[in-house]
Amino acid sequence: MDALDLARWQFGIVTVYHFLFVPLTIGLSFLVALMQTAWYRTGDPKFLKMTKFWGKLFLINFAMGVVTGIVQEFQFGMNWSAYSRFVGDVFGAPLAIEALVAFFLEATFIGLWIFGWDRLPKGIHLVCIWLVAISTNLSAFFILAANSWMQHPVGFEINPERGRAELTSLWAVLNNSTNQVAYPHVATAAFLTAAAFIIGISAWHLYRRQHTEVMRESMKMGFVVALIFGVGVTVSGDLQAKVMTEQQPMKMAAAEAIWDSQAPASFSVFSVGTPDGKSELFSVRVPYLLSFMATGDPNGEVEGIRDIQRESEEQFGPGDYRPIIPVTYWTFRYMIGFGIVTAALALLGLIMMRGGRNPAEKRWFYLAALWTIPFPLIANSFGWVFTEMGRQPWVVYSQMFTADGVSPLVGPWTVATSLTVLTLLYLVLAVVEVGLIVRYVKAGPPEDDASGPIESPERDAGAGTDEGDRPLTFAY
Amino acid sequence: MTLAEFWFVLVGFLFAGYFLLEGFDFGVGMLLPVLGRDDTGRRVMINTIGPVWDMNETWLIVAGASLFAAFPYWYATLFSGFYLPLLLILVALILRGVAFEYRGKVDDPVWRQRWDIAIVAGSVVPALLWGVAFANILRGVPINANGDFTGNLFTLLNPYGLLGGLATVVLFATYGAIFVALKTVGDIRYEARALAAKIGVVAVVLGAGFLVWTQLQHGDLGSLVLSVLTAVALVAGLAANAREREGWAFGLVAAAVVGLVATLFVALFPDVMPSTTDPAYSLTVENASSTPKTLAVMSWIAAFGLPVVLLYQGWTYWVFRKRIGRHSIPTSPQHGATPVARS
Repeated sequence: MDALDLARWQFGIVTVYHFLFVPLTIGLSFLVALMQTAWYRTGDPKFLKMTKFWGKLFLINFAMGVVTGIVQEFQFGMNWSAYSRFVGDVFGAPLAIEALVAFFLEATFIGLWIFGWDRLPKGIHLVCIWLVAISTNLSAFFILAANSWMQHPVGFEINPERGRAELTSLWAVLNNSTNQVAYPHVATAAFLTAAAFIIGISAWHLYRRQHTEVMRESMKMGFVVALIFGVGVTVSGDLQAKVMTEQQPMKMAAAEAIWDSQAPASFSVFSVGTPDGKSELFSVRVPYLLSFMATGDPNGEVEGIRDIQRESEEQFGPGDYRPIIPVTYWTFRYMIGFGIVTAALALLGLIMMRGGRNPAEKRWFYLAALWTIPFPLIANSFGWVFTEMGRQPWVVYSQMFTADGVSPLVGPWTVATSLTVLTLLYLVLAVVEVGLIVRYVKAGPPEDDASGPIESPERDAGAGTDEGDRPLTFAY
Repeated sequence: MTLAEFWFVLVGFLFAGYFLLEGFDFGVGMLLPVLGRDDTGRRVMINTIGPVWDMNETWLIVAGASLFAAFPYWYATLFSGFYLPLLLILVALILRGVAFEYRGKVDDPVWRQRWDIAIVAGSVVPALLWGVAFANILRGVPINANGDFTGNLFTLLNPYGLLGGLATVVLFATYGAIFVALKTVGDIRYEARALAAKIGVVAVVLGAGFLVWTQLQHGDLGSLVLSVLTAVALVAGLAANAREREGWAFGLVAAAVVGLVATLFVALFPDVMPSTTDPAYSLTVENASSTPKTLAVMSWIAAFGLPVVLLYQGWTYWVFRKRIGRHSIPTSPQHGATPVARS
């Protein structure tokens, strides 16, 4: 493997890993904010327990999202310096805005929220978690604006003298039609992810008939959110497919592994092909579906890989403009499949919950709910692998090849070192993180209001002026 | 002043902000086993920075992203060139951040001890390597016509770079001790003050050595004035510490940290990464920057965004202004931290 392959593997691994935590952060921050709002408005301790229980799980996850995010920013320069020079004038701006506007807000108010129980007035403390929730979404918006520019570059011109892309309109970059569908798709997927997390964990407790009041309320919330955002992720994904067909026809053709243009085109749910993927031996197909997904018209024409390859060569010169077809084909299906199963479980659960019944009493439902927790995470990961691998060989579509973006003088051993170190570190941290989540899930919500005074603090001889101070409600 | 020069100042401001804030976080982390002799003591220390470490660290993310947006060529050369030190910094910051959050989540001495190691290493390593990195930026590194770094890890481990690294480690340790003295009550406060007085002497020696070397090799009038002010601030800070004026001590050492960053940036200007291969290959404020269009747009965003950030971060420090001590640490472990019986 050369430095390019290693750098690509590293980008894939650290990005997918980072994005295991991010959607939970985005979704859970809002849901915890909603729980705390319910407590603020009703004073019902049930909602406080919910806030504390899910808030703690949220924070365990949040820490991982924060620390793995730094790698994301650094590795553009470390492994992709040629890319950074080419795009910096355009691509750097949304990144800098994200950091200044969203990250500062998030990092400041998360600290205020964690340590602010009892120290801030209730209303202000509530505002803190809402600001965190808003900032996570702002952050998603700006980073997706940056990514959308790689998928569909706008608002720039090429300066041939400097050999770089130069910004002509920041508004065009932020208002990219690609981001108008990509951001809603990612944000709705994040809520679905958080909802599945809540459903699975509540089912675990409800099956054991413990903490029923808190868990029942949580589960209901999970079902409703999963259902709403399951629909949302489908609709936004459908809109995104149409934009993608128009802007990156090769990606759509590669998603379906359709070699020759077809009208109408059917969607294959799965297929068995020859090992090279070029011809099909067996498949299960839904007629007209691909035409509808791609164009909005059941009889619309979907261009095939061979045609697009020919057109690309005419436009960009000789070369192979095809991504790895089996990867795009299968990741596209897994993304959709795992997403749909999650939403279907929520619909089923909501129906089973009617009349005060407990769907998690049934062992099969409890197990299904538990196993569904990772499904949206898998769907998210496959979605990213699909959209990034489907853009290849481009790193910036139609402007720069991935092979040209890599750092010219960073050797394979250097990248291999960083790939190995980060992968091992991430594996260890994953074990620790999952272990902690499981521990805190099992511990359940606090039995009574944890914000009350804590008994028997150790007195300090030098406490002097602070003699009357109570212990911190929360301390690391 | 051109827009590129304005952004050079702003990038300097962001890095100064980063070291101003995370500098004492690093110090607190480094001194964890020294000042925090039992678990409660260590928890007191960690909780002095508990609510703010994340926002302090975010200054690095903002500085890095601003470097990318405003000086893409600088960002690209620096990050691809200083690859392994940056990798180590990343690993350190990852471990350290997770450690703060996870340390108290399990009530087990072995668990906490492991995270303590992560906090100490995660504080020493970046404090050292940022010093090495910035000293080398100023010293100059081999850069070819394409703007790529042609050296290796050992290129960076030269005496001047290492002195810079040691100076920042000791400076941040002093800064951290003074911060602990400012934010705590009880024995730890007095111990922190005494410790600051001792390591402060080392910080003055190493810092003065580094500043003199910087001035002789790379200095101009501006950097001379700033290095003198930096040295004066540091010595005055230590004098205030000796006279038990913790607020003054903290403010003055903080000024020295900012002064050090300012000295380096002023000495660096108008280069951003001088090339030792051929001065013609040096990256400068003008040839490494983004277009005036991008810089103008970013200036507006910074002009509206930064004051708001400074306000709410200032307010956060005000909210958590109280000193804490051993009595502040809850004695019962948080709910879930002890093993629970399966019901």
